[in-house]
This record gives sequence, C-alpha cells and structure tokens, in this order.
Amino acid sequence: MPKDLTLGEHLRRQGISRRGFLKFCAATASMMAMPPGMIPVVAAALEKARRPSVVYLSFQECTGCLESLTRSHSPSVEGLIFDAISLDYQHTLQACAGHFAEHIREEIIKQHPGEYLVLVDGSIPLKDGGQYSTIAGMTNLAILEETAAHAAAVISIGTCASFGGIPKAHPNPTGAVPVTDIVKNKPVINVPGCPPIPTVITGVLAHYLTFGTIPELDDFGRPLAFYGDTIHDRCYRRPFYDQGKFAKTFDDEGARKGWCLFELGCKGPTTYNACATTKWNQGTSFPIESGHPCLGCSEPDFWDAGSFYEALSAPAADVSKWAGAAIAAGAVAGAGIGLKSMRKRKEAAQAHDPVTVDDLKT
Amino acid sequence: MTSVELLHWARGPGLQISVAIFVLGMVFRVAQNYFIGRDKNLAEPRGTQFGPGMQTIVRRSFFHPGMNYRGYFTLIAGYAFHLGFLITLFFFSQHIDLFRGILGFGWPALPASVIELSAVVGIAGLVAVMVHRIFDPVRRFLSDFQDYFTWLVTLLPLATGYMLIHRIGLPFTEMLALHILSFELLLVVAPFTKLSHMVTIFTSRWYNGAIAGYKGVQS
Repeated sequence: MPKDLTLGEHLRRQGISRRGFLKFCAATASMMAMPPGMIPVVAAALEKARRPSVVYLSFQECTGCLESLTRSHSPSVEGLIFDAISLDYQHTLQACAGHFAEHIREEIIKQHPGEYLVLVDGSIPLKDGGQYSTIAGMTNLAILEETAAHAAAVISIGTCASFGGIPKAHPNPTGAVPVTDIVKNKPVINVPGCPPIPTVITGVLAHYLTFGTIPELDDFGRPLAFYGDTIHDRCYRRPFYDQGKFAKTFDDEGARKGWCLFELGCKGPTTYNACATTKWNQGTSFPIESGHPCLGCSEPDFWDAGSFYEALSAPAADVSKWAGAAIAAGAVAGAGIGLKSMRKRKEAAQAHDPVTVDDLKT
Repeated sequence: MTSVELLHWARGPGLQISVAIFVLGMVFRVAQNYFIGRDKNLAEPRGTQFGPGMQTIVRRSFFHPGMNYRGYFTLIAGYAFHLGFLITLFFFSQHIDLFRGILGFGWPALPASVIELSAVVGIAGLVAVMVHRIFDPVRRFLSDFQDYFTWLVTLLPLATGYMLIHRIGLPFTEMLALHILSFELLLVVAPFTKLSHMVTIFTSRWYNGAIAGYKGVQS
C-alpha cells in the first residue's frame, strides 16, 4: 500500500464501507471512554490520518502477544487499522530476513526521525552485557536504544515489555528489565497483559492516530481507558463476592453455580485490565467466565506474587516454620529467664539472715 | 515499592516476621510465668488445682449477675467488642484461608452477613469504650499512652477490613495491604503491651482457679 494514502482512502480501497468505518470509530470512542459527541472527531481524524511507520521489536518474549494481536480479531476493521499503520519491521511477519530486514529498520530511523512508532514485545536482558538475547549481532539493549532514540513514542506490548514479565521473574537469570528502565526521554505507553487484549492494542494505536498524542496513563504507564478498573470491579461474579459465596474447589457446588473464585486464587481484585468488559475471542468470554481465576497478568511481577491458586488472603510464604521456630525460641527464652529468677529467689532466701529478738536489742 | 509489592510483602515476609514475634513473645511470657514458679503452699490442700483452674478459664468468660456493680455499660460494650472481634477474626471465610495456610486446617465459615454484623458490633463496641474513657473523668485520669495506642492498634484491622469489603477509601490492593499490615502491627505489639491478655488471661485465670481449687472453694 502506498504510504501517502490516508487511512480513509486505504480503508475504502479495502472495501470497508462508510458505515463500517463509523461503527469502528464509535467502538473506539466508546472504548476510550469518550462521549458520543467525539465520534465525528475520531472519524475525521482517522479519515485524514497518514500511516505512521511502525517498528515492532521482539526481544525476550514468546510471540504470544503477536499471536493475540494478529489472530483474535481477524478479519475485523480493527485488523485493518493495524494493516493501515505501516508495519515496516516485525521479524515474524515480515517477508525479508537477515541483513535486508535490519536494513529496513535502519532506513526507517534515517527517513522518518521523530515520526515512527516503536512497539516493543519482550523484556531486555542487561546481565553480562546483554548477551542473552541478540539479533543480527546486536544486543536487544543496543537495538532498543538506537531505535527509540528517534521515535515519536514507544508502546510496550505485553507484560514482559511493560514490567519485565516472566523473564524478569525470580531469579531473573538474564537481568531482564522493562522498556521503561531503558527509554527515559520518550513517551512510553505500557499495554500489559500476558497477552494483552488485541482491542486494547488497536485502541491505543487508534488513539495515537486520532489525536497524535498518547492517552491518559495511570501510575504504571497504562492507558486509563482500558486499565482504569479492576477485573473485580467489572466482574459479573462480583455479587457473589459481596454475598460471601465462594467456590472452594474447581468442581464443587459453588463452582457449578458460578460463585466467586476469590478463594481459588483469583487476582481480579488487584488486577487492572479490561478483560471483564472487552472480553476475548471476539467478545466471547474471559478467563473467569470460563471458570478459571484471574492470574493478574497485567500487573507488575505477577509471576512472583505467590501461587496463582492461593487466595489473596492466604499467606504467600511458609509461616508455619517461622511460628514453630518462634515457639521453641520463646519457650527456651521464657524458661531460661523464669528459672534464673527462681534461682535468684532461692539464693536470696538462702542468704537471708533471720532477724532475732537479740538483734533488735543491740 | 509499588502497592502490589507492598501487598506481597505483607502476605509473605511481613506475615512471617509478625507471626514469629507474636508467637515468640507470647510463648516467652507464658513460659516465664510458669517457670518463675510460686511459693510453696504449706497449707493442707482441700481440693485439686488443674480442674478448677480449667473451669475458671471457661467460667470467667460468661456473664455473672454480680458483675454489674459498676454498671452495664462497660459490660455490654466489652462483650460486644470482644465477641464482634473474635467472630470476625475466626469465622470470616477469607480469614479461615489465612489460618488454613498457617495451621494446615480450617473450619466452616459464617455467612458474610453475620460477619458484617459482627464487625460493625465490634467497631461500635470499641468506639463506645473509647468515648466512655474520654468523657469519664476517672477513666481519663487513669489512662496512659498505652491505653490509647492499644485501642488504635485493635481498631485498625477492623476498620480497614470493613473499608476493604465496602470499597471505601483506597483501591483494593492498597487497602488489602493496609488491612494485613494493620493486623501484623497488632501481632507485633500484642506481646509487649496489655494486649498480651489475649494469651496471658488464660494463665492468670488458671492460677486463680487453681488457688481457689487448692483451698476447696469455687473461684
């Protein structure tokens, strides 16, 4: 597709009707928590938007985020929006390989300084000079620093890029860090999730295309429009939590009746994401709807935050051993000090010199 | 430290440290009480000690008509707080998860509505005794820093738990972390203040009952 086409022109070439385009704009405005009056603004902006070059960097990751993005919504208009950005560099999707592929990345940096977007998937290893993940002889760190230096903005796709994710989990053998630890002088949008919801990724891109700015972010750099509420806040099982009705096992009566999964380890109350509203697989369901607790995958360090199947109210470490040791130590210390006092009293009694009448006479 | 890290610390190392301090402190106090011994009673025993001691532990938890000589207020507020606190602590299903994680076993929970009521009654009881303490000149005169501090430390877990369930104030993660930390503060403070009565009351009651039993009278 020629790069000088606007998004509207491109979509018309693809056979997308005006109605279909406006439906997408309405959905996008709704997703971003905008009032209906903003739909024409979104439509006008998207109509005129020119496709920005996008460099999609894959570091320490599993390609699940890309799978999520490319599979789940095809063939929807969201997918076309993704087509409508100029995805110039992405290892898994691009046709060329080797030096040709790297040459494209270098050309984008030269030809579109300050205009292209960088999408990062995966964490960056820093230990031992970053040698644990290299591409074309360059460390991930060097590639990110070089590419992000001239980017308009950086979008961290998935929990690994946003917070370090599974590569950063204890004991973090590669010294993995998130993008925000490396890129300090560019706007960085975190779109965490393992993987993130595809609509959320496209929504963030649509926001950038529409307004040319990054959306409002929370303390963790996540777009508030999608990460403003917890899973628990929007969960259809929430009334059962409020009533104190919990499934105790995966096959008990409570589980069959669809009661709250908190006691099976659900991290919904501490997890900010749009799963309960946007849902997955073209709006089919989300994990809790399928009877499985939320893992909390869009939160920092979710992999190290205790067992997925332990309730948030249960201990996250072995307390019994500490308590056992404390009982022994307390008993020994108490007995020691008690016996010492007892001996002191005995000694005092033995050393006691009774006062006689004769003593008083003197 | 993020709120998630704070919560994880509270559920992990924080809980380990606070439970260890609580258990160590309480066992220390009981062991010290036991080993310090008592002077040998030279009088001829008129009954046994163990049975009456155990009976007294139970009996003194119940209301006796003769206890009302200072008025019903302290009595009712005291019972309300203690019952509300203990029912909330031991019979809320998510608290039982905690005990199961530490002890290896659990027990049936009470319905959420009952826990809700017990928590409110517990908080109301605490507030009532504090108002009484402040406005009664004699109680106010007799109160020191520890009285107010232990009251606050006791109130915080109940208040933060209520706020957590009703989504008042902070987001769930922060409030849950605060709730757990407030309980851990209670555990740490308890052995070194008059809150240690939560354990030593049993030893002192036993001694009272045993002394009376030795003399052949009811305590």
